[in-house]
Amino acid sequence: MNKFTKGLSACMTAIIVASGAMAEPADDNLVINEDIEIVTRTAAPAHLSDVMDEVMSGWLFRGEETRAMERDDFDNPGMIFVEKAEETWNTADGTEGKSCADCHGASSDMSAVRPVYPKYVEAAGEVRTLEMQINDCRENRMGAEKWKYTGGDMVNMTALMASVSRGLPVNVAIDGPAQSTWEQGKEIYYTRFGQLELSCANCHEDNYGNMIRADHLSQGQINGFPAYRLKNSKLNAVQDRFKGCVRDTRAETFAPGSPEFVALELYVGSRGNGLSVEGPSVRN
Amino acid sequence: MASGVKPRVKVPKSAAAGESITIKTLISHKMESGQRKDADGNVIPRSIINRFTCDFNGQNVVDITLQAAISTNPYLEFDALVPEAGTFTFTWYDDDGDVYTDTKDIAIG
Repeated sequence: MNKFTKGLSACMTAIIVASGAMAEPADDNLVINEDIEIVTRTAAPAHLSDVMDEVMSGWLFRGEETRAMERDDFDNPGMIFVEKAEETWNTADGTEGKSCADCHGASSDMSAVRPVYPKYVEAAGEVRTLEMQINDCRENRMGAEKWKYTGGDMVNMTALMASVSRGLPVNVAIDGPAQSTWEQGKEIYYTRFGQLELSCANCHEDNYGNMIRADHLSQGQINGFPAYRLKNSKLNAVQDRFKGCVRDTRAETFAPGSPEFVALELYVGSRGNGLSVEGPSVRN
Repeated sequence: MASGVKPRVKVPKSAAAGESITIKTLISHKMESGQRKDADGNVIPRSIINRFTCDFNGQNVVDITLQAAISTNPYLEFDALVPEAGTFTFTWYDDDGDVYTDTKDIAIG
């Protein structure tokens, strides 16, 4: 071994040691605007008791600067999009000439909504995500055009719904009529996809806390969605993130809004039961 | 006027005389760099905030030149000494000639 490769291998060792030291989730608490206390760590819900003891928000797996951005609405770039959605909330649209506010009142009265979605909607006879309900409102109550499932208007509106629920615990129902969809989502979660043959669980259950190349693997919790990502400077819908993950396994992905992703969102949502709603969060 | 432009400023309501305070500003603006092309291959003209100033009771605090590589929704944070009660005036200058202003009062106490 010549000097150069020796030096290189010493460097590699240093890098591995450094990344090992970094890999623990942060020991930190999140309080937004010095007011809203966010539960970023809590006991795992009962259905997860075989696989993990504690569920943790993705916030704990990000760097200090990124975490700091979420502590204040002024520093959180996601709140710009919440403001835009607030305007939309109060603006009439469609043939009925109604705005969201005409039926629902102030957006701040909607805090009970985000924590329980996706949920089984009796009238529709199916499990629905928040996006599906919003489009149902637009189509049937407002007579307006449906929004694209992960389009800008839609993700902004889901961010508004999340922002008014911040601090409340995620509480997705998994029994009763939602159970069969939940089982389907669970099966997808544990199914290996793509040329790399990776399931969600391989990274987010077996290896959270470890580094996957330069990225710190989280538990894949979705309590912080929609998430403002620094890499694309916009809000990202949860099912777009699912799509990105499945794509990274080199698989053909399901489409956002497809029954498969709705089931997966229900299941992954239920894995975060007990964590606070945190969206719009800031991630890298 | 460029669409969706909205200035935002965060200044403490009060400070001790001679105290250094932190001011945060953000303006929602698309900051089109002039380097991109649309679907037909035509260059999208540059449209950015090119200058930002902050004055306190008529005295300049900062005067910043912004360039095309600065990303969307530029966020600027800086410290300022507050010798007396007064008013901060914030001004953003757009490429298209528009000027956006915001003011914040600060008290001593």
